[in-house]
Amino acid sequence: MTRYLLLAALAVAAVAAPFFVYPILLMTILCFMVFASSFNLLLGYAGLLCFGHAMFFGTGAYIGGWLMKEGGLSIELAFAATTLAMAALGWVVGLISARRGGIQFAMITLAISQFVYFLLLRAPFTHGEDGLQRIPRSDLFGVIDVSSNLSLYYLILAISVAAIWFFYRIVHSPFGEVLRAIRDNEGRVESLGFVPERFKIVALTLSAGLAGLAGAMKASVYQIATLHDLSFHVSGTIIFMALLGGLGTMAGPMVGAALIVMLNDHLAQFGEWALIIQGVVFLAVILFFRRGLVGELQAFVRRRAARSAA
Amino acid sequence: MFDHISMQLLLGQLLIGLINGSFYAMLSLGLAIIFGLIHVVNFAHGAQYMLGAFVALLLLNHLGIPYWGALFIAPVVVGAFGLLMEQTILKPLRHLDHLYSLLATFAAVLIIEGLMRLEFGSTGLPYASPLPGGVNLGFMFLPYYRGWVVVFSLAVCIATWLLIEKTKLGAYLRAANERPEIVESFGINVPRMMSLTYAFGVGLAGLGGVLAAPIYQVSPSMGSNLMIVIFAVVVIGGMGSILGAILTGYLIGIVEGLTKVFYPEASNLAIFVIMIVALILRPNGLFSSPESSR
Repeated sequence: MTRYLLLAALAVAAVAAPFFVYPILLMTILCFMVFASSFNLLLGYAGLLCFGHAMFFGTGAYIGGWLMKEGGLSIELAFAATTLAMAALGWVVGLISARRGGIQFAMITLAISQFVYFLLLRAPFTHGEDGLQRIPRSDLFGVIDVSSNLSLYYLILAISVAAIWFFYRIVHSPFGEVLRAIRDNEGRVESLGFVPERFKIVALTLSAGLAGLAGAMKASVYQIATLHDLSFHVSGTIIFMALLGGLGTMAGPMVGAALIVMLNDHLAQFGEWALIIQGVVFLAVILFFRRGLVGELQAFVRRRAARSAA
Repeated sequence: MFDHISMQLLLGQLLIGLINGSFYAMLSLGLAIIFGLIHVVNFAHGAQYMLGAFVALLLLNHLGIPYWGALFIAPVVVGAFGLLMEQTILKPLRHLDHLYSLLATFAAVLIIEGLMRLEFGSTGLPYASPLPGGVNLGFMFLPYYRGWVVVFSLAVCIATWLLIEKTKLGAYLRAANERPEIVESFGINVPRMMSLTYAFGVGLAGLGGVLAAPIYQVSPSMGSNLMIVIFAVVVIGGMGSILGAILTGYLIGIVEGLTKVFYPEASNLAIFVIMIVALILRPNGLFSSPESSR
């Protein structure tokens, strides 16, 4: 019951928010929530640390932007096409990397993301260091104008909710169950007749599609796609967001994403110190509260419930 | 196509490739030792290499200690710093998934690089070559210092390999990696040995930094770009394979140099293409037996 009340309150807040907060900031938060959830699917539920996750986000921004600017696609088609394209990239990356588990998966995905970075630096359609600029906010279904910040906000909100619902369904499906089992004991899962490698590849495909969608949304919000979007810096930030909020919890990485986006908005003026503070908090999370904010909160509630039941 | 000019270009790029390869080999060697013996993926390796270069620079500018002194002092200083890192942030994570120690060293990089940029700015600082001049070999000009780097780093790589594979100390280390409880029951302090192994690997990174200072500009970000290449080298060579790391380091440096001659646009990509091909053809690494990968 409290859960539905909470969801209803969140829905009201999300609809009313753009009248109180700058819509661009809200849309940035939504994009990173979807992006962080896609990362959570891999590390939080499948135990796979993708150290170059920004490759899907950044490439998604370029492809979505290019489809709207040069391809003349309507916004929903551009988003859908980007999602499919990045899912395909995720599948290919999975084929290369999924055979090696754990720590090597992290190193390989990092190297592949660097490869994609250099590839896009050279590709003519990205305009190199300048980035893809003046990306239009194409009409929805070719008829509905979403060029204002407010109307685009509601579109991004709707798509983000759908994406997160999709993520929720994946995690709570039998497939998600197997993923968690692989994370906890891969040998056991294999002995039950599953092929962990295939599950990992599918997880990476789904996650990459979601991350690509987040990137395409970001391109429509800022109307620009740059190499920074797929830099290692962004890959590091997304890991930080997920860990701070709490890996393996539905809401954790999203809370982390919202916090970090708002924090960066305030800390931008401090320049170098912002990164140092981020590093210190990151380290503190790893050393002292690995469950993250939401994870620690859940553990606290569970402890209290156990005590009052006793 | 092998007229006089392109021959010069080819040999020049081969030399640059060999020098880059020397750094790849030394750094991936340290990374492989640390991973192979204590199972920490040391993402801070590039930052520790950068610290080595800065220690050399500060020793010269503030204490007047020349390059040859720094060659001994800087690795010790950086190694001690590594020991401090190991005691404070890696030790508490020793019994957890290796992903946490990787992320902890990654967070440490953010802090170290940020503080260094705050103090020294992000532009590169010059370090005068201790061996100015060079020799004309007829077909190309070889600066003395670059020749020294190639010879010295090769010597360090061979010495380290011999230390691990052929000495009693190395045997203890390898045994502690396989069965720590049994080695401990022989009265050997395994945790201390692991800490010192980390410090040794970090010291190697610091030594690499001193070697690099006169060739590349000394800057806070000099290690982070190298880091990703080193990761690729270690993946290609097979995780934890020390000989594999050394050979792959030189191989990648030379291949990179050759790509600059024949297809310059792809020189940044060459390493990663090799990594992907190697992963498809030899999923356990070029120099690693199937059972040694985990």
